[in-house]
Amino acid sequence: MFLLIWKRLRCALLLLALFWMPCVLCAAQISSNLEQDWINKAFRFWTFADYSIQVIALGAILIGINCGLMGGYVVSRRLSMFGDTLSHAVLPGIAVGFMISQSRDEVALMIGATFSGFVGVGIISLLKRYTKMKEDSAMGLVLSGFYALGICLITYLQKSSGGGMAGLESYLFGSLVGLSADDLIPLCLCLAMIILCFVLLNKELLLSGFDPSFARSVGLPVDLLHFCLWILLAFCIVSSLQIIGVVLVSALLIIPAATAGLLTHKMSRLLLFSGILGALTGIIGCFLSFLVERLPAGPVIVLCSAFLFLTVLFFNPVRGILPSWIRTRKRGQRIRCENTLKACYQVLEESSFSSQSFSQTSLARRRRKSDAEIEREIDVLIREGYATRQIILLEQKSELPSENMISLTPSGWEIATRMIRNHRLWELYLTKEASYAPDHVHDDAEKIEHIIGEKTVRELERILDNPRRDPHGKLIPSQNDIDRGWLSPPLVTEK
Amino acid sequence: MFNLVESLIDAWSTHEQVIWNLQIVFMGIMVSLSCGLVGCFVVVRRMALLGDAVSHGILPGIVIAYLLTGSLSVGPVWIGACIAGLGCGACIEWLRTKTPLREDAAMGLTFTSFFALGIVLLSLEVGQVHLDPACILYGEIGLTPLAPELVLWGVPCGNQALWNMGLVCLATMISTVVFYRFLLVTSFDTSLARSLGMPVASIQYGLMLLLALVVVASFESVGVILVLAMMILPPVSSSFLFRRLPNILLSCLPLSILYSLGGLHLAYWMNFPISASMAITGVVIFLPCCLFGPNGGIFTNTKSLSIQEGSKGIPIN
Repeated sequence: MFLLIWKRLRCALLLLALFWMPCVLCAAQISSNLEQDWINKAFRFWTFADYSIQVIALGAILIGINCGLMGGYVVSRRLSMFGDTLSHAVLPGIAVGFMISQSRDEVALMIGATFSGFVGVGIISLLKRYTKMKEDSAMGLVLSGFYALGICLITYLQKSSGGGMAGLESYLFGSLVGLSADDLIPLCLCLAMIILCFVLLNKELLLSGFDPSFARSVGLPVDLLHFCLWILLAFCIVSSLQIIGVVLVSALLIIPAATAGLLTHKMSRLLLFSGILGALTGIIGCFLSFLVERLPAGPVIVLCSAFLFLTVLFFNPVRGILPSWIRTRKRGQRIRCENTLKACYQVLEESSFSSQSFSQTSLARRRRKSDAEIEREIDVLIREGYATRQIILLEQKSELPSENMISLTPSGWEIATRMIRNHRLWELYLTKEASYAPDHVHDDAEKIEHIIGEKTVRELERILDNPRRDPHGKLIPSQNDIDRGWLSPPLVTEK
Repeated sequence: MFNLVESLIDAWSTHEQVIWNLQIVFMGIMVSLSCGLVGCFVVVRRMALLGDAVSHGILPGIVIAYLLTGSLSVGPVWIGACIAGLGCGACIEWLRTKTPLREDAAMGLTFTSFFALGIVLLSLEVGQVHLDPACILYGEIGLTPLAPELVLWGVPCGNQALWNMGLVCLATMISTVVFYRFLLVTSFDTSLARSLGMPVASIQYGLMLLLALVVVASFESVGVILVLAMMILPPVSSSFLFRRLPNILLSCLPLSILYSLGGLHLAYWMNFPISASMAITGVVIFLPCCLFGPNGGIFTNTKSLSIQEGSKGIPIN
């Protein structure tokens, strides 16, 4: 139990260390280039010393959680590019909201942005339904068209109203400067709404997302639920815009959820993980952006989460690319080893186990391989401790100066007999129980012998009533033979 | 407030203004023509969002090439952008096939990360650079006339930016004409193309390279995101007017002239950025095409309407 916990903890710590090191190094390098007192700054940030830092950090964490939670649904429903389109489509709404309220009034901006996001999504669905346009062109059209409109309106406002409009620029890339506690209220509201919605409607959302027709048939209001989710998504995007910016908010929806999808397949856990990952990347990105003043917060947060994604993709101990590559390699090595050992057994069997050792050339003949290849295979066996090699000098008149004699060690012998046993039992099983022809069973057994465990072999023995001969008339070593070890007498005599 | 005559005439009232604006209009025509030509194939292949992804993904390449060479000349920047664009495409493909991610998530993940990398690189070096983030987002076509004079063998030949874009536009037109048959067949029927012995994958990569070239050449004028508008709007609008691909390709020229002139005047009238007003002109032209176009417009095509009337609800896949 403790071992298991420690194992998991160790993996987590390793991941964390892997993730932190480059971040810290990178931050250190950037800051030393700028000749700033970065330790001091880092200390100030991580102790949350002053009010503005508290606000910024809280904002980043809230955004990370919001987007991570929503992203879980967005990614699992394959709506990632919809999220991107929606985030671009809210831009004109922000400008219109500003125009109407004549100030950076949060509520007006929010209403305008949500409204224009909905108009954008509605246009996509109209184009898709009533014209021959495909989804991707409709999305591209709405994305770029609304974005152009938003850029135009924002420029117009900036030129017409002078300096009071400086804030709207920050909606493009996001900034942490001037974030006040009031800006956090929509984020908190959004989080509350998301959590409330997910807790109350968990089953319904899950069902309508993964199997809409079944959900409809049991009487769930699927369209209403989708509408609900759209409102939440729009609200989440709009409330994050100020920190992350229009262009990159979709990344924050997609990347933490995609990372969580690599770690688990259960929806509830996926949501939990992606929320945590979002918060983590949010605060780290914020920290880096705080450390280096010129770095905009949005892109840094996105880079952090991309980095985390890559780390998980490669080093995740269960399904990561590197661990599974190592596992595959190891398994391949083991199978090659076992095949050589099996051939060794067969060579010994040909000579009716008359001697304990055999020449390397006989093995090469048996495996139908060149001497050099066999040499390498034997080297592997010796390295693993399965065999030993003696060089025997032949008589002077022989043309060959020497001959390599191989003998198996007890552990090598055990594996060899075990493989032979698996192989022959499986052949017998196929001929007897599955009515295969005896000359068709070899290839199948060649594959399965490495995989079936001791339990399955016992089961096979039970079904086949402890057989001694395989379909080709050869002896099947029993568990007793294996236990007794190196060339046990009955095996020799019976043959 | 609105004076039609004034807003139309004002831009062409003096000699200097005529020269200045003509350059902008030419630039706009060439940008939207080359984008539109590539866009026709991109749209029929249903790669519109991939086009968007690549146009974002080239940013780090542009920035790195710029930081290395210190200039925004098309050559090195194009090489950098092509490497980044193809890298972005390869990344998407790899994530899609080798990991449990779906295509949309792979796409969204890759291009946003590339774009973020570009922005971060840009803002770290922003002190020495005149490439500012806003320019990447909506371009500075209005500053085309300020580009340095191109001097060939001691003879001044006019605006360098125009020449660059002109070359790219020419290359796009030539490759569209030369490879027309290949592009056509591979776009609509991959298996037929394979059985005819066409190198389908290389044509795909060639199209991506062309896309990268066009995006690089035009991003300074119209920005990364509006390139998408310039790519999608012409083929989509004219697909409501014409049925055949050659007609759609040919209609890119009049459309791009309309976009360019309309964008310029809209920008003069409302004080908008020219590139964004070009996109808005495009949308304004798209609307009547979509509503009343003879080939599948909403009001002219009642057949498809009645077929699909049964489905209703909110637009989710």
